Amino acid sequence: MNDSSYGSAAVEGAFDSGPLLLGVRHHGPGSARAVRAALDAARPAVVLVEGPPEADALIPLAADEGMRPPVALLAHAVDEPGRSAFWPLAEFSPEWVAIRWALEHGIPARFIDLPATHTLAWGREEETPAGADDEGEAGADAEAAGTGAPAPAALPDVRVDPLAVLAETAGYDDPERWWEDVVEHRGPGPRDAFAPFVALEEAMAALRETYGVGGHDRDLVREAYMRLQLRAAQREFGDATAVVCGAWHVPALRRKAAVSADRALLKGLPKAKVDMTWVPWTHRRLARLSGYGAGIDSPGWYGHLFGAPDRPVERWLTKVAGLLREEDRIVSSAHVIEAVRLAETLAAMRGRPLPGLTETTDAVRAVMCDGSDVPLALVHDRLVVGDVLGEVPETAPAVPLQRDLTLAQRRLRLKPEALERDLELDLRKETDAGRSRLLHRLRLLGIAWGEPAESRGSTGTFRETWRLRWEPELSVRVAEAGVWGTTVVAAATARAEADATAAQSLADVTALAERCLLAELPDALPVVMRTLADRAALDTDVGRLAEALPALVRSLRYGDVRGTDTGALAEVAAGLAERVFVGLPPACTALDADAAEEMRGHVDEVHGAVGLLGEAATVGHGDLRTRWRSVLGTLSRRGTVPGVIRGRAVRLLLDEGELAQDEAARLMGLVLSPGTAPADGAAWIEGFVGGGSGGGMLLVHDERLLGLVDAWLTGVPAEAFTDVLPLLRRTFSAYEPGVRRTLGELVRRGPGQRGSAPQGRGPGLPGFDPGPDTGRADAVLPVLRLLLGLDAEEDRTADRTADKNTDKTADKTAAKTDDKTDDNGLVGVGT
Amino acid sequence: MSVSVETTTEEAAAAAATGEATGGTGGTGAAEALRPHAEDAFAAELAALAAQDDRPRPARWKLSPWAVATYLLGGALPDGTVITPKYVGPRRIVEVAVTTLATDRALLLLGVPGTAKTWVSEHLAAAVSGDSTLLVQGTAGTPEEAIRYGWNYAQLLAHGPSRDALVPSPVMRAMAEGMTARVEELTRIPADVQDTLITILSEKTLPIPELGQEAQAVRGFNLIATANDRDRGVNDLSSALRRRFNTVVLPLPESPDAEVEIVSRRVDQIGRSLDLPAAPDGIDEIRRVVTVFRELRDGVTADGRTKLKSPSGTLSTAEAISVVTNGLALAAHFGDGVLRPGDIAAGILGAVVRDPAADRVIWQEYLETVVRERDGWKDFYRACREVSA
Repeated sequence: MNDSSYGSAAVEGAFDSGPLLLGVRHHGPGSARAVRAALDAARPAVVLVEGPPEADALIPLAADEGMRPPVALLAHAVDEPGRSAFWPLAEFSPEWVAIRWALEHGIPARFIDLPATHTLAWGREEETPAGADDEGEAGADAEAAGTGAPAPAALPDVRVDPLAVLAETAGYDDPERWWEDVVEHRGPGPRDAFAPFVALEEAMAALRETYGVGGHDRDLVREAYMRLQLRAAQREFGDATAVVCGAWHVPALRRKAAVSADRALLKGLPKAKVDMTWVPWTHRRLARLSGYGAGIDSPGWYGHLFGAPDRPVERWLTKVAGLLREEDRIVSSAHVIEAVRLAETLAAMRGRPLPGLTETTDAVRAVMCDGSDVPLALVHDRLVVGDVLGEVPETAPAVPLQRDLTLAQRRLRLKPEALERDLELDLRKETDAGRSRLLHRLRLLGIAWGEPAESRGSTGTFRETWRLRWEPELSVRVAEAGVWGTTVVAAATARAEADATAAQSLADVTALAERCLLAELPDALPVVMRTLADRAALDTDVGRLAEALPALVRSLRYGDVRGTDTGALAEVAAGLAERVFVGLPPACTALDADAAEEMRGHVDEVHGAVGLLGEAATVGHGDLRTRWRSVLGTLSRRGTVPGVIRGRAVRLLLDEGELAQDEAARLMGLVLSPGTAPADGAAWIEGFVGGGSGGGMLLVHDERLLGLVDAWLTGVPAEAFTDVLPLLRRTFSAYEPGVRRTLGELVRRGPGQRGSAPQGRGPGLPGFDPGPDTGRADAVLPVLRLLLGLDAEEDRTADRTADKNTDKTADKTAAKTDDKTDDNGLVGVGT
Repeated sequence: MSVSVETTTEEAAAAAATGEATGGTGGTGAAEALRPHAEDAFAAELAALAAQDDRPRPARWKLSPWAVATYLLGGALPDGTVITPKYVGPRRIVEVAVTTLATDRALLLLGVPGTAKTWVSEHLAAAVSGDSTLLVQGTAGTPEEAIRYGWNYAQLLAHGPSRDALVPSPVMRAMAEGMTARVEELTRIPADVQDTLITILSEKTLPIPELGQEAQAVRGFNLIATANDRDRGVNDLSSALRRRFNTVVLPLPESPDAEVEIVSRRVDQIGRSLDLPAAPDGIDEIRRVVTVFRELRDGVTADGRTKLKSPSGTLSTAEAISVVTNGLALAAHFGDGVLRPGDIAAGILGAVVRDPAADRVIWQEYLETVVRERDGWKDFYRACREVSA
């Protein structure tokens, strides 16, 4: 190799004390810059980087055109794609900088950390619960034990947080800020590129003397492995060897340990067969908030610090101003100037060498955002974290998600075929249920292999029809979906959770909940339910809430069919119902006719949903149905509620048995009394007996109610009659022809003869005998008894007789009023 | 008509000026005053700070920015003098405020009523300039003269226009002496009057066209304005003026315990001045009031598990204090002397339901989804149901 020419020519003394150990803070832009400067100055013959050596073969890909950080090295167990670990690398990660430096200078770069073979196997040993779906844990495990991916300061507080101790000694309360002030914000001095690393090494050495391994016992094993690798590299390249690793490890690498002792430490480590690849990463995932956090709050800020050639604060604030302007906030250059001044003065006041993120944020808030946190949240989301999405060249090995999908396809005997075909699934069968789940999950991931189609014939809930077609670009989709997880179920879960958080409307979230149940993603449900509950809590439109409720209750029933645990769902549904109960009465005032009609639909939907929900578990919510009835009671009595809703409420209460027939009659009498406007009365009747709600039969059976309607109708003044006519027509024309006929009969016969109806001696229809032919009626009775399984009462025969007339021409309701009847007061109304 | 009004204003201003002068030099008024100025009440602390302050001070500042921050946030000096905290809240806020004053940008303190805006502005002025009395109270009727200058009409008629006939406003005096001026309730001031501040803040000068002169601000001049951010839109600041200010929003108390502490301390003080008998078991109800206010204000329950709608009222700490005081009065005069849920329910309802339609729904929803199921809140729920029905 060309080591000697490089190494000796460039520096005097860079490798005097053995290999060049560059201790860094992972993902620290200052560290990255210092590493680059140190490498430029030292010109090593080989660069060793903390990371899994299985990825050595992947290093050349880092120089590929199509490779754009942030990316992550992904290691996963071959037989168990769910067991995986990530090593995220951003543009400003020192490790990335070192790799790129080596590639640019044609120098070998190697990973020297403990192989992922062992670290993943460690995870497996510890984990007992079903591991395959649980990569969150595996990932975290790899971070803690295997990679040191998070910043040292963010390492789990097992016994001691090394940086916190240093920071506290320096009088800082926040170790991150201390590190930033002391290391990150210090660009490499022009004099000595190595000075910061030397100082840091000393500090770390002091710390490790006091605290030993700091509770991370596995570090010893990792460091032993690193030492061995370092020694091997030294044998090959001489002392011109540079190592980029976490600052914490530097003293351990410096220490002279016996080779045999190190070997002994590495004996008998568990092993797992591991595959590695590059996967695209995002800034959001680097941020601490998300699952595989790399332990940095502000990747965007760090990226800026790393990328900005000079004047980072001025450039940053100009960027912020640009963003705010895009969002139509008025931000002028003067604002930027003032913000820079404020940030710098604040930094001086707080005794920091340069304004950090805290100072610039304070300045942006005070100068550009009028002290408000709302635009600031935007700045945080778009700039401080940032929307950067990494890219990986196509030549990178396949993602484990593809592997998992292939396994699933094989297991479920579902071959990807380009030919379109239909697939009938019977969910009662194990394999078919599995297929359905897989297809639903893929749909959630945006991999549209199967589209649900209309079932032919049977409509049972256990049947599903899919139209399958595998298109080549779906493979690309799978690769894209790889960012969500390493197995189909994990990826779908992560995707569903992300979708829930991003969903715009309540209905979207409800639909998502339904899909999660279909795809059987119990782990995603809590997040979806949370979002749903939050959305519901903040939604002020009762209509939307009422719309969401039935879908939710429906999901609840699906869940029952599929045996999923739907406790959380029931809880949310009950909460939603509560909100509807509270919001409904005020929402029912001041509505015009159309809105009232729509609201009546909502009342019906909620009524149905509450009925179903009442059966389901509603622990802690008391009896929903009782409360719903009291809401209906409120609606029925409140004068400002439109007639159609009031009528509907009374009707529902009557059907529920909550309201006695007498009380319903009283309420009806009240609304149909002369004091009420005829239009309101007509609307009430529409609500009470209208639509396909069987209201006609009610009138047939309760002649008192019919009498009330009848009396009211005859009392409507002529000028108002034309107004109410359309409404009445709508109400009564929806009835079955038979019902209409019977009603007509009853009205013509006149009131007050209930119970004696069969004997009623109306004039009869032309061409029919006024009375029934009892002989022929009796002949039907045995069959009727058979059908009903009991002794039919006398008066049933009357209805049957009436029904015989159904095949006659149907009467229009309005015609009823025009009927030439002689024994009641209808005459003359229709003028 | 307008002349006489102006005369009164101007006389009042003159009177204030003389009274202030005697108060400042002789110190006679301070001890007798119902409420002494900050610089008088905390004169000892300010002196101790000044004596031990070795950091650089901006021109005409009595203290360095660090010392001003210490004065507001409290702390112990090297010689053992204890500085009481004047403002209990995030350190960041005070740092940004002090820094703003040091950068010669004007400072705008925003916040809902009862977040100590005026208090902070008074103490800032006292610590920076040693004088918190250069104050313009903003009202809907604040005239331009209150911000620029007025005329002494007797002088004006007798001797013609001259600097002697001119009566400077507190802002103009602050400019001349390099002090901190204060404007209270800036958004209550009519927009055209507000805009007279633009020249003062950007050019740091005040033209006097009548004399063909100008009054230039000397180094050290700055201005602290306070505004109620619930009143935004009443007389919203023009963007030209807004640009001259750095804005700091004073938040409501961060933790429930801090708020309970503030409420109970204030209630105790008020109760004593009203001669109300002390309620033995009040702390639970105070905690309850604070919890309800905080939850509705933040739009999320204390355990962070359920989101809520926020009503239109501010639900500030000050309102919580008045609800509890009211409840105590109710308990003392009409109840058994113990603060019970029933005594505070009506007060809470009144504070929460400002807009009868929307807020009522929000309140009912809160009652039904949160209060009803909370352990130990049965009595309160029932009391609220009673008054809400």
